[in-house]
Amino acid sequence: MSVVTNTTTIGAINAPSRRNTELMMMVFAIAISVFAYANVGLALDGKLPSGMFGYGAGLILLGGVAHLVVRKFAPYADPLLLPLATLLNGLGLVLIWRLDQSERLIRRAEFLYGSYSPDAPKQLLYSAIGVAFFAAVLMVLKDHRILQRYTYISMAAALVLLIIPMFFPPVNGAKIWISVGSFTIQPGEFAKILIAIFFSGYLMVKRDALALASRRFMGLYLPRGRDLGPIITIWALSILILVFETDLGTSLLFFGLFVIMLYVATERTSWIVFGLLMSAAGAVGVASFEPHVQERVNAWLDPFGKATMAQSDQIAQSLMSFGSGGTIGTGLGQGHSDLIMFAANADFILSTVGEELGLAGMMAVLLIYGLIVERGIRTALAARDPFGKLLAAGLSGAFAIQVFVVAGGVMGLIPLSGMTMPFLAYGGSSVLANWALIGILIRISDTARRPAPAPAPSTDAEMTQVVRP
Amino acid sequence: MSELTLTVMRLGFLAVLWLFVIVAVQVIRSDLFGTRVTQRGSRRTASDARPPQARQNNAAPPQQRQQPGRQRRGAPTKLVVSEGTLTGTTVALQGQTITLGRAHDSTIVLDDDYASSRHARIYPDRDGQWIVEDLGSTNGTYLDRTRLTTPTPVPLGAPIRIGKTVIELRK
Repeated sequence: MSVVTNTTTIGAINAPSRRNTELMMMVFAIAISVFAYANVGLALDGKLPSGMFGYGAGLILLGGVAHLVVRKFAPYADPLLLPLATLLNGLGLVLIWRLDQSERLIRRAEFLYGSYSPDAPKQLLYSAIGVAFFAAVLMVLKDHRILQRYTYISMAAALVLLIIPMFFPPVNGAKIWISVGSFTIQPGEFAKILIAIFFSGYLMVKRDALALASRRFMGLYLPRGRDLGPIITIWALSILILVFETDLGTSLLFFGLFVIMLYVATERTSWIVFGLLMSAAGAVGVASFEPHVQERVNAWLDPFGKATMAQSDQIAQSLMSFGSGGTIGTGLGQGHSDLIMFAANADFILSTVGEELGLAGMMAVLLIYGLIVERGIRTALAARDPFGKLLAAGLSGAFAIQVFVVAGGVMGLIPLSGMTMPFLAYGGSSVLANWALIGILIRISDTARRPAPAPAPSTDAEMTQVVRP
Repeated sequence: MSELTLTVMRLGFLAVLWLFVIVAVQVIRSDLFGTRVTQRGSRRTASDARPPQARQNNAAPPQQRQQPGRQRRGAPTKLVVSEGTLTGTTVALQGQTITLGRAHDSTIVLDDDYASSRHARIYPDRDGQWIVEDLGSTNGTYLDRTRLTTPTPVPLGAPIRIGKTVIELRK
């Protein structure tokens, strides 16, 4: 017997469903959140907070429903995605509740709006709606390939969602909100899912042309001129978003997602090089004439400067809170991140993590985000159909970009943009959209990890076997 | 609340948070062992390598099932690699496109120095006739002795040659 080649086939063995692992991790995640809640209460008032029971019961209910839905509708799904999302959502609730207790923020709200209402109950309600969304996605979407039919519809819907906010008055300088009465939503959060669906459907069809037709030049594959069409269109669109909505985050998310998915679809490094060059050129170009973007860039370059401090000291306060947190933090409930004042529990919630949990806690939280992205990419690797692969890679890419843009903005690595930390930050649209995103990832991972695919009526799945004479 | 209790709680919380991350990573570890790696020999003599192959055969039956009525009489049902390093590999033809090449996402990943990463594809047209198309490969795809320039229908049993690999459609 002589085995000469290194031809290897890697496939999943009949994987156990791992729902019990998930249940264990869910219990762990909820226990950590309740511990955090008790910790905040003890630090602030010296006694266990009175709302702890109701809050814990709420989390257990939400987590239990989500887990049972996964058990019923996606039995082979990845065991980590749900617990990781639950932990982030629970921690977010604790941090929002902790900031609700801040005298400073209460006084500010009473001064500005005449009354004060805590955000944590609202966030708990949003989380409940988010979990309902998650359950609905798993129940309605029996097979993620159905989404492929709506490739161009989702493009149109995403464009509408991205364009509508232009016609609404800007909130804090950026036009990323749709407001109907007292009810506001941030459509960009939902657009990212639709965009990922469109790109996957589009690139699945076009990947051959984009990957094969190219010339080699200085170690890079240069695409043909006419294949540059779509990337230039998307680039132009993202620049338009930046100009008209003055929102760096959405623009970066939109374009970055496209570049990531192009790379995944074609395996050509040149797209990344092009993408980075184009987005750098675009951002610098727009920053040179758009005053709102300019202001943000100045605040990033010189957060403690006179001009910046006259506008807003948010970034300066945020940097100070990271600094005062140090390595292991001041302890939950004992920091002063409420000095950030505006959006302390939304865009800047990471500063509270940085101050009260320190570098150690910050790293853990970022690792949890990293693990969600890793599970998404792993799902993409395991998925059998190209659409599922692209969609899973795209959704986790969008998630990763969003985390990077927010964390980078808050820490002063890149200019601040109007996006929120997924799950952690206060905001209905964000929580809803991200639960839906996790729902789709769980659906894809269920299909991908399901052992021995039953001979499905649709024969898209590619099946390979070895038969020896 | 005493300073000591708060400090213990602070450190305890960080420890618990990290414990969660570590447990999560442990769960991921099982992914590495939850995969099956099959080594395929290059020669027929390698068919003594039973254990991994036996597993594959166990997995095969549900996929081998034919769908009578869907296929025309005389239509090929499988694609067989008859020469080259992958000799003996078969793929059931069930209406899906089969891509050939060195790229990892090809249906048949060719381990052949003369193959391009996306070399050729074989797909059914509307009538169920199987067509082979060269995807701009460097060394070309040959049907019998002729080098392909356009998508060409594949007759049953005609050898499709890619480098050192020969592929046939069989009933």
